[in-house]
Amino acid sequence: MEFAELIKTATVESVLLSGAGLPPVRGTLCITSHHLLLSSRPGGDGAPGTVELWLLIRNVDAVEKRLAGSSGTITLRCKDLKVLQLEIPGMEECLNVASSIEALSSVDSVMMMYPFFYRPQDLRLEAGWHLFPLEQYYQQIATQTSQWRLSGVNRDFAACPTYPPAVIVPAAVDDEALRKAARFRQGGRFPVLSYYHQKNGTVMLRSSQPLTGPNRKRCREDELLLGTVLDEGERGFIIDTRSAQAAKQARMTGGGTEPKSSYPRWKRLHRPLERGRPLQESFIKLVDACNDTSLTMDRWLSRLESCRWLSHVKAALSTACLAAQCLDREEACVLVHGAEGTDTTLLVTALAQLILDPGCRTLAGFQGLLEREWIEAGHPFHLRCARSAYSHARLKQEAPLFLLFLDCVWQLGRQFPFSLEFGERLLLTLFDNAYASSYGTFLGNNEKERCLCKVKESTHSLWAWLNQPEEKRKYLNPLYSRNALVIWPSVEPQSIQLWQGLFFRWIRSSKYLDEAWAEIQRLVENDDTSVEESAGNRRSQSLSDTAAQTENER
Amino acid sequence: MEHITTPKVENVKLLDRYTNRKAANGTLYLTATHLIYVDASAEVRKETWILHHHIATVEKLPLTTAGCPLLIHCKNFHVAHFVIGQERDCHEVYTSLLKLSQPVKPEDLYAFSYNPKMSKDNREIGWKLIDLKVDYQRMGIPNDYWEITDANKDYEVCNTYPPEIVVPRAANKATVIGSSRFRSRGRIPVLSYLYKENNAAICRCSQPLSGFSARCLEDEQMLQAIREANPGSPFMYVVDTRPKLNAIANRAAGKGYENEDNYDNIRFKFIGIENIHVMRNSLQKLREVCETKSPSMSDFLTGLENSGWLRHIKAVMDAGVFLAKAVKDEKASVLVHCSDGWDRTAQVCSLASLLLDPFYRTFKGFMVLIEKEWIAMGHKFSHRCGHLDGDPKEVSPVFTQFIECVWQLMQQFPCTFEFNERFLLEIHDHVYSCQFGNFLGTCHKEREDLKIFEKTHSLWPFLLQKKQEFRNPLYRGFTAYKELQPNTLPFSFQFWCGMYNRFDKGMHPKQCVLDHLLSCMSQKMKLEDNASELENKLPFLDGPLPTEACSFPKMGSASKTPMLNTPQDYEGEPPPVLTNGTAVGDVEVMSDVDQKNKENLSKHQDPHDLKDAFGVLDSEAKDGKPQHP
Repeated sequence: MEFAELIKTATVESVLLSGAGLPPVRGTLCITSHHLLLSSRPGGDGAPGTVELWLLIRNVDAVEKRLAGSSGTITLRCKDLKVLQLEIPGMEECLNVASSIEALSSVDSVMMMYPFFYRPQDLRLEAGWHLFPLEQYYQQIATQTSQWRLSGVNRDFAACPTYPPAVIVPAAVDDEALRKAARFRQGGRFPVLSYYHQKNGTVMLRSSQPLTGPNRKRCREDELLLGTVLDEGERGFIIDTRSAQAAKQARMTGGGTEPKSSYPRWKRLHRPLERGRPLQESFIKLVDACNDTSLTMDRWLSRLESCRWLSHVKAALSTACLAAQCLDREEACVLVHGAEGTDTTLLVTALAQLILDPGCRTLAGFQGLLEREWIEAGHPFHLRCARSAYSHARLKQEAPLFLLFLDCVWQLGRQFPFSLEFGERLLLTLFDNAYASSYGTFLGNNEKERCLCKVKESTHSLWAWLNQPEEKRKYLNPLYSRNALVIWPSVEPQSIQLWQGLFFRWIRSSKYLDEAWAEIQRLVENDDTSVEESAGNRRSQSLSDTAAQTENER
Repeated sequence: MEHITTPKVENVKLLDRYTNRKAANGTLYLTATHLIYVDASAEVRKETWILHHHIATVEKLPLTTAGCPLLIHCKNFHVAHFVIGQERDCHEVYTSLLKLSQPVKPEDLYAFSYNPKMSKDNREIGWKLIDLKVDYQRMGIPNDYWEITDANKDYEVCNTYPPEIVVPRAANKATVIGSSRFRSRGRIPVLSYLYKENNAAICRCSQPLSGFSARCLEDEQMLQAIREANPGSPFMYVVDTRPKLNAIANRAAGKGYENEDNYDNIRFKFIGIENIHVMRNSLQKLREVCETKSPSMSDFLTGLENSGWLRHIKAVMDAGVFLAKAVKDEKASVLVHCSDGWDRTAQVCSLASLLLDPFYRTFKGFMVLIEKEWIAMGHKFSHRCGHLDGDPKEVSPVFTQFIECVWQLMQQFPCTFEFNERFLLEIHDHVYSCQFGNFLGTCHKEREDLKIFEKTHSLWPFLLQKKQEFRNPLYRGFTAYKELQPNTLPFSFQFWCGMYNRFDKGMHPKQCVLDHLLSCMSQKMKLEDNASELENKLPFLDGPLPTEACSFPKMGSASKTPMLNTPQDYEGEPPPVLTNGTAVGDVEVMSDVDQKNKENLSKHQDPHDLKDAFGVLDSEAKDGKPQHP
């Protein structure tokens, strides 16, 4: 396929661009393989030849055209929720531009995507790809306990196509048993270690559902694997992210859940979390309501309620708290799974770690968490983030699980404003890049796919770009001060707010809030530059000793 | 004191709003002013103070095995659920509280017994802290068009207005008197705010007694005089803040609204803000939503919607924005009224002033604004807040709504107010506390009759003393922002957890940015002090500086900077998701306000720095400089 075939009109003069809170500007529109550019004409409002728009075409979620007389207006609804209008002189040009953008934005082949063509000068191709190897995480655990080993059973992705080549498993279970256990779990996702709670040595595992089926099949190796996790007399919790009924019904299609009789030391808790199409629809309805400026207060609240987005936020946080509570308070091991183990499962395990582990709350630690628990763990980004809230295309497997996760992280940051090293801006950037990116980090659905497409060899890593000192500065939370404690969020409805910074990013002006952050920065920096040392001491001293022991520099 | 039959009851349980927590066990005391609960089961002595005047309702619930439950709802949204062992004790506490919370005689209000051991001079100076004349001067009044008149010195124009009012120069005595006869309760059009830049004015009054066809020449002249006091505009707005239907219904009672045909060049407009009864019911519903145990997100949002509360807040804000726009953008004067012109009118006039003039967003300005638009102009605090045993249908959260509108503005414009949320909550507390004289009675005349100025203290100097904790660290100064144009789309209004669930500490952010920033500020101030001190010492010092002087002030107030999150702050309990699905419990029983009240009681200090406070304020007001430390 050649991109040139898809581009019917490469340039159009005198196009009027408006939207996203910017003053309208007229200029020349260019369509390239991956970008839509608009440069203002010399002598126009902007400086001569200024590029006013540099839009990744992959970011376009929906193209709407309206013809009026000899000209037409194209509305571009983007995956980052921005809405742009292009007023194009000439009907034919308008139709051509629209169909070119539609065609280019629908290119679905991973290898055709922009990251494979993006070559920034100041980044090295290999930088950032090996920042957070699982081996490193394993080394940390190995210093504490010898009960776990790093297994290469999935080296060639044979045991589980959606797991990374290396996984952390009980030392007592050999690779052959793992292979057998994998055959008993949907998609081969046998239980692996997700998190080791250093405070008390409990662990959080994740997997997919067991394939018990209607005949209540059993698997000795799977039972053995979970059995070895628990010490003599210990009990563990299985958090199933489906309702008890849904888990039961799954048996009819070959799935199911761990029966009490075969896993006597594991107590099952059902916490249904929304996923798949209903979650995508919730997202669409919310964005719809946010964009409707004609709503009365009653209609707004009613639509906020009926879209159920905030209910999903509350449910996700509650379930993550439950997992964290089992580990930290009940001192019990936890296994989390839903059905496939690639969506709500990861939402819960990642959030629980953020709540428990101060190491995940630094900028680097958070990137590591995303690598381990979302990217390497095989959240199918390519499928889930193929379309955003505006698309008219038929829904396939889109679902905003990752956005829901980011929203929950934002809620944590709001309730604990000093405890996350990164700010809202990082979360927004992650959302944008998950849906359309110049970087390869979120490409594909799993490590196997990324391997086949040579993503790590042929694209740049988002982390390499983010971690450049100049960039990094923008994502830091000026109020951050390391906090070794568990951060238990409140999950009362009164404590959960709509994330305006995301859902209203292009609708409301953030001028006054930005000024407030600048002011905070000013106040805090003055404080820090003058008393950096003493402030550091002062802050850490206030943490209790026992709590401080649980932290460990990552 | 005669109401207190049982001053002390032992073995009283204080239930947590969240059932999973073990109930506290302790002793309940009734004093002349407070109900005090001392938790005996806590390791550290833990006290809950509830001011009698803060009590909105006391309910005896059906007897349980644990004892006799007593449920207290406070006007500041504190809810306390006690269980008293003996039915008889419970009943006595109950009857005492009923009487203590709503005295029959004004003399029994706290303000008349409150004695902070302040000298008479200072007390009097306190009452003179706010001088409305100075504010009018700030607006440039008197000028060619407006004058301050004492036409009402014997309350013959209007007994709910103050003695001095601002009216157009062109309106002579006959016009004023004539107009007063045509306005409900004599509340004639007077100036609320003059926008100096373009001479457009905001004026306020009550509804005209127009019925179906009545006219009044003097009233028409009065409006003409107001319009002509703004020569730049050919017309003026007359805004009726009631829903149209309500206004029409009033015509049958000989009241109503202005007929556009009878008044020259007015543009008449309705802005539908609901009446005090609708607002009271709305708040009641909101209370119920906030008190629901572990509601689902849907329960909460549906309840919030059904309460209508945010719809009413938006209506008030919309009206304030309309006024401000008319004045600033259309350069037109506006006359505002509702029925009596002391509820909705007070809300929207004060909001418009706040939007137009940065002075009202300073400490002093906000006090002036409340004195001017609410206290002086006869908002019936006593009735609306239910200070005394009276008609419950007169109670309505009109002032609460105003305070909330200010809070909503703070959310949108975090750097524009000199004060922070706590200042609003403190004022709100004291509107109900009756500890200070400012909010007693219903109007100036009544406060004179009650001898408020001789017998009680003014709130403002007490607030100024605590200025440091009420300061907004993000305030960018007087000149940084002029007019505010808030977004009034529904999503920009947030539920104010800090007010309606203020005492449910577990719901609030677990780390407090405000405290941290305040401590940053105070640390900076100390550093600067230290630096200058060091500079002064330098010439006398040989060799290395003493380490003591070098080390930074050790934040002696470590305990006062909750930013330094002590484990207890939130390490307490995880949300009890394991047991029943939702909910988080972390309720600090002792409220800050109660703590402060206690301090007020125990430390009868003479605020000797009162005069300093004045000095600071005045210099600030004069040169209008930002007050960055």
